[in-house]
Amino acid sequence: MIVYIVRRLAATFIVMAVVALFVFSLLFLTPGDPAAVIAGDIATADDIKLIRAKLGLDEPFLVQFGGWVRRLLHGDLGTSIFTNLPVTKLIAQRVQPTVSLTLLTLVIAVLVAVPVGVIAAAKAGTRIDRCVMGISVLAFSVPVFVLAYLLISLFSIQLEWLPVQGYRPLSEGLWPWLSHLILPSIALGTVYMALIARITRAAMLDVLSQDYIRTANAKGLNPRAVLTRHALKNAGVPIITVIGIGVALLISGAIVTETVFAIPGIGRLTVDAILRRDYPIIQGVILLFSGIYVLVNLAVDLSYTLFDPRIRY
Amino acid sequence: MNTVVVQAARSVSPTWQRFYDALRRHPTAMVGAVVLIAMVVIAMLAPWLATSDPQALLPIQRLRQPSSEHWFGTDMLGRDVYSRVVFGARISLTVGVTVAALSIVLGLAIGLVTGFVRWLDAVVMRFMDGLMSIPSILLAIALMALTRASVGNVIIAITLAEVPRVVRLVRSLVLSLREQPYVDAAIATGTRLPLILLRHILPNTLAPLIVQGTYICASAMITEAILSFIGAGTPPNVPSWGNIMAEARSMFQLASYLIFFPGAFLSLTVLAVNMLGDGMRDALDPRLARRL
Repeated sequence: MIVYIVRRLAATFIVMAVVALFVFSLLFLTPGDPAAVIAGDIATADDIKLIRAKLGLDEPFLVQFGGWVRRLLHGDLGTSIFTNLPVTKLIAQRVQPTVSLTLLTLVIAVLVAVPVGVIAAAKAGTRIDRCVMGISVLAFSVPVFVLAYLLISLFSIQLEWLPVQGYRPLSEGLWPWLSHLILPSIALGTVYMALIARITRAAMLDVLSQDYIRTANAKGLNPRAVLTRHALKNAGVPIITVIGIGVALLISGAIVTETVFAIPGIGRLTVDAILRRDYPIIQGVILLFSGIYVLVNLAVDLSYTLFDPRIRY
Repeated sequence: MNTVVVQAARSVSPTWQRFYDALRRHPTAMVGAVVLIAMVVIAMLAPWLATSDPQALLPIQRLRQPSSEHWFGTDMLGRDVYSRVVFGARISLTVGVTVAALSIVLGLAIGLVTGFVRWLDAVVMRFMDGLMSIPSILLAIALMALTRASVGNVIIAITLAEVPRVVRLVRSLVLSLREQPYVDAAIATGTRLPLILLRHILPNTLAPLIVQGTYICASAMITEAILSFIGAGTPPNVPSWGNIMAEARSMFQLASYLIFFPGAFLSLTVLAVNMLGDGMRDALDPRLARRL
């Protein structure tokens, strides 16, 4: 087990090194002069020179990369071109809204999608099942922001149940915090829910065709107990895997959702950085998000033993 | 005698015949195909379907609600939203189809070679793992932040994010195909590697790749819209569905139709492609059809 964990950690390290190398070398690989693109159309030659110096583009590649990695390992993600503030500080200021949004979405999505998938599998082929499958295809097809605007238009503007936009920190009370996050979470979580529900259904159908389920039913166990205790637990591995893989959807969806709902999180920071072509911020956000994504999936890998004791590392 | 020959010729490829039959029997796939064809026709006939120049500014008529004159209303610069949406179909379909085709071709080339050449496999796959751990929209954002906005660059950015996933799929197919007896037979008779790849491996990877291609097409259209929506996509003067919605961001409460018309067209197109993809997947693997 320990050998496996060490090996997986080493693999994770390699993956992150590739991510870092890639994100860094993009500055060199993109055709044209990135300094000129970042400076914009009205920049003077001096402006471009200044930006090139700031990004370190006037030094040889390896010197720059070495320095960048050394600073990175010390937790320094560089300085924003536009505000001159350290990227780590800019990101730290925005962590709370994004963590609130993504965690709440994750919890809601899993609590809704897994039972829905189980019910669809238990009633496979019926109208309920077809309904679930149909809605999930629809969910895959509507972009996050279109859904977000539909929700705002219905629940905030027409019915006036929930605030249109904005964010309140948890310190201002539970309801203000929650009420500003309900619609964003539903918008962000819909694709994620569709994905989890589909995989849950498929995994359950696999398990439900096994002999031991027939035995459990034959000996007259409570059907609900058969579904949850016998079937769902054994369908756990694919479900937990897709929950981990789907975190990528949450991360990229958060950028869009925060833009629509004016939530001052990391996504909003990224979009502002795109408009100003503030590459160090984008670099930092990609490293952070990819790191989280890789770690989540590492944790998922390690959790397999909890669901299936036959898996030994 | 002649008819027998003709019939034999017709049934050269029973797999594809069966595939076509299954697809025809699949009602949702047919609906998807019909909607998709309609969208392609709209895109091709855009100059004739549009009621005015999609770029024509008419500030005096800005933010008009949908009416008989402007079917989908006008935007904040007085441009006719219906005409812009009709022209937007061209951008979305171009991006979707081009990204799908490019990433399949690139992924196929890389995957075929890495699946057969052991020492290359480890290196390439580590690199692909790294690329895949960057959420695809973020990867595209990074590229778009460093290049000038253009439809071509959007296509490159989304393709780069999709290629590793295709490589993964091709590689897994190749790894199982290379264990097949007929591949051993080809090796034993001295067939050279390029010929084995082209003649014996490639044809057997095509069916799953076509299905994967439809899903890539669908997700590329959504990614393009998202990129444009957050300002990292097609240049603002291009009437793409994402751009029309991006411009409406600040005046949503005033003119929600600016979001809903392009949004509905985009969702409908993506839905059609997804339905077609599901139908093809079911046709190719009837055993899986009941499950996913």
